Amino acid sequence: MTVTPILELRGIDKSFGPVQVLHDVAFSAYPGEVTALVGDNGAGKSTLVKCIGGIHSFDAGEYRFEGRRVQVNGPRDAAALGVEIVYQDLALCDNLDIVQNMFLGREKRRGPILDEATMEEMAARTLAGLSVRTVKSVRQQVSHLSGGQRQTVAIAKAVLWNGKVVILDEPTAALGVAQTAQVLELVRRLADNGLTVVLISHNLNDVFAVSDRIAALYLGRMAAQVRTTDVTQSQVVELITSGRSGDLGLATTNGATP
Amino acid sequence: MTTALHPEKTAEQPPSTVDGIRAVGRDYLDRLRGGELGSLPAILGLVALCVIFAIMRPVFLSNLNFANLLTQGAGSIAIAMGLVFVLLLGEIDLSAGFASGVCAAVLAVMLTDQGWPWYSAVLAAVLTGMLIGLVLGVLVARIGIPSFVVTLAAFLAFQGIVLMLLEEGTNISINDPVILAIANDNLPPVLGWAMLGIGVGGFAAVQLRQMRNRRRRGLTTAPPVLVAARIGGLAVLGGIAVHLLNQERSRSLVVDSVKGVPIVVPVIVVLLVIGTFVLRRTAFGLHIYAVGGSQEAARRAGINVTAIRVSAFVICSSLAAVGGIIAASRGHSVDPNTGGSNVLLLAVGAAVIGGTSLFGGRGRLINAVLGGMVVAVIQNGMGLMGYSSGVKYAVTGSVLLVAAGVDAVSRRRAVRR
Ligand SMILES: Nc1ncnc2c1ncn2[C@@H]1O[C@H](COP(=O)(O)OP(=O)(O)OP(=O)(O)O)[C@@H](O)[C@H]1O
Ligand SMILES: [Mg+2]
Repeated sequence: MTVTPILELRGIDKSFGPVQVLHDVAFSAYPGEVTALVGDNGAGKSTLVKCIGGIHSFDAGEYRFEGRRVQVNGPRDAAALGVEIVYQDLALCDNLDIVQNMFLGREKRRGPILDEATMEEMAARTLAGLSVRTVKSVRQQVSHLSGGQRQTVAIAKAVLWNGKVVILDEPTAALGVAQTAQVLELVRRLADNGLTVVLISHNLNDVFAVSDRIAALYLGRMAAQVRTTDVTQSQVVELITSGRSGDLGLATTNGATP
Repeated sequence: MTTALHPEKTAEQPPSTVDGIRAVGRDYLDRLRGGELGSLPAILGLVALCVIFAIMRPVFLSNLNFANLLTQGAGSIAIAMGLVFVLLLGEIDLSAGFASGVCAAVLAVMLTDQGWPWYSAVLAAVLTGMLIGLVLGVLVARIGIPSFVVTLAAFLAFQGIVLMLLEEGTNISINDPVILAIANDNLPPVLGWAMLGIGVGGFAAVQLRQMRNRRRRGLTTAPPVLVAARIGGLAVLGGIAVHLLNQERSRSLVVDSVKGVPIVVPVIVVLLVIGTFVLRRTAFGLHIYAVGGSQEAARRAGINVTAIRVSAFVICSSLAAVGGIIAASRGHSVDPNTGGSNVLLLAVGAAVIGGTSLFGGRGRLINAVLGGMVVAVIQNGMGLMGYSSGVKYAVTGSVLLVAAGVDAVSRRRAVRR
């Protein structure tokens, strides 16, 4: 535990109007490791990720990156830090093609003109590197892709930018068996290459297969962040469903009342 | 079928021409089946209408009428091109017609009451358009009022502003020769040919350079025959048009000789080329499509959605100003009706009939031109056949509805996948 986290959140509060969704959440992710973020539907996982990505501002708390406190006021700030996120929903523009989506907001240009050829090459190389074989052409419109293919494009988009931290919000939810195995393998490979990976998943088998740490959210509070090897699946299930398991988890259960 | 992902391979074995054309044809058919009709209905409609009117009223095909058609359509085509930017976002600008009226009134007041030179007056009119667009855009994108409501309110307000500028309904006649020339004069025949030559040459240069560049890097390209056909097609169609327009069309040669490409044509073509370049070749243009496709995805990609939306309204109203200037030139005057009555309907009709989606994210500037030609042909042809304005409006309205219906149906197919 001597390594300092590359990404660290402290005391994050987030409300949507009168509803407080995140309560005093702390979260850390370490280089070379896969941190799994688990929790029931509505626990606040996606909200936390959107706060990290600069999509939502948070009401209170500290955002630290590589040991320094940083201000992330929008998606560009997060991208500039090297944080790449595959969102659970609404991540792609249907009316654009694969290349355009992968480079959206960060297009390669020559002068004022889009450098389509370079972008197409880079996109094709990235997809080939992920051994994507089912996509007919990188110039296909995203609206013509299947759910899994879109998911793959979203993942490729995150990989393309060589970020330091890659966060994947339920990346395998729409994928078939083979594709899921491939994504999990990729997740592990990214971490083994020294990247920081955060994986959100409801599938505990997958979580135990690839993660080094597990962070469990319960009703907007961080119940526990533990090493994967230190816990059993049933303990994690308890953390997810009741916020505590033995001496792990939230101090008092009524502390978790909404 | 993974060729596109393995650039090296295509470079070694370029697909044979026939295969290439087949593939392009297949892709196109797939896209049609998938509901992306683009401007196909407008082109078919244009051809059908021209054939019908030519049979019913041979005078429809006369050189004079052809030139008339172009100058008739130019004003609403300019407005329609602006509307495309707003429609691409899935928004609407109902005030574009009267915005063009306000800008035309500003032009007239500056020219006559203030005695400004034509270029200052034109600048004032266009700046007025930009200001109008800025106000509309801020109200829609920053305050968050639906564009329908904002521009409906503006529709009324601008009507009032035109009346105020023209001091309760008097009309101001335009005497400036340069402004009058825009919609009433023609290019010398030689200049028409020269411009066509430059246009086709430029288009060919861009296409060939792009193809060479992609070839060299081993990326897939459109088959050379197709590129050649595009360039040839443009040259032939342009050549026919310039040739026809360069014929004498004056009824009494003694008084005056009238021949050449109307000056509005290069004006529209230049706007079309610049606008298309911006939309298809720059990041700004791509971001307009992105915001129209999914605002949230665009926002997450770090695009300043508000700025994009505001600028689309600014572009729309600025092009409306150009439309107003053309209308003022054509009418030799500005009156309270300039930009009023059916101007907006025709412009929206032009954009939608041309194949711009009302749901945002799909459409090109050329759509506005093609749709504008359809509208102009209907107005012109039915006028020749002696139908009243009432019938013309009713028919144009129905065509707009049909176009919107085609748009809605094709969108359903596209969404269903
Ligand atoms: N934009 C929003 N406005 C209001 N409430 C929101 C918003 N986004 C999320 N919420 C609420 O915040 C809570 C947490 O949602 P979130 O999407 O973060 O859950 P999650 O842990 O990702 O769940 P899932 O596993 O279903 O994806 C939910 O109760 C949800 O209703
Ligand atoms: Mg979620």
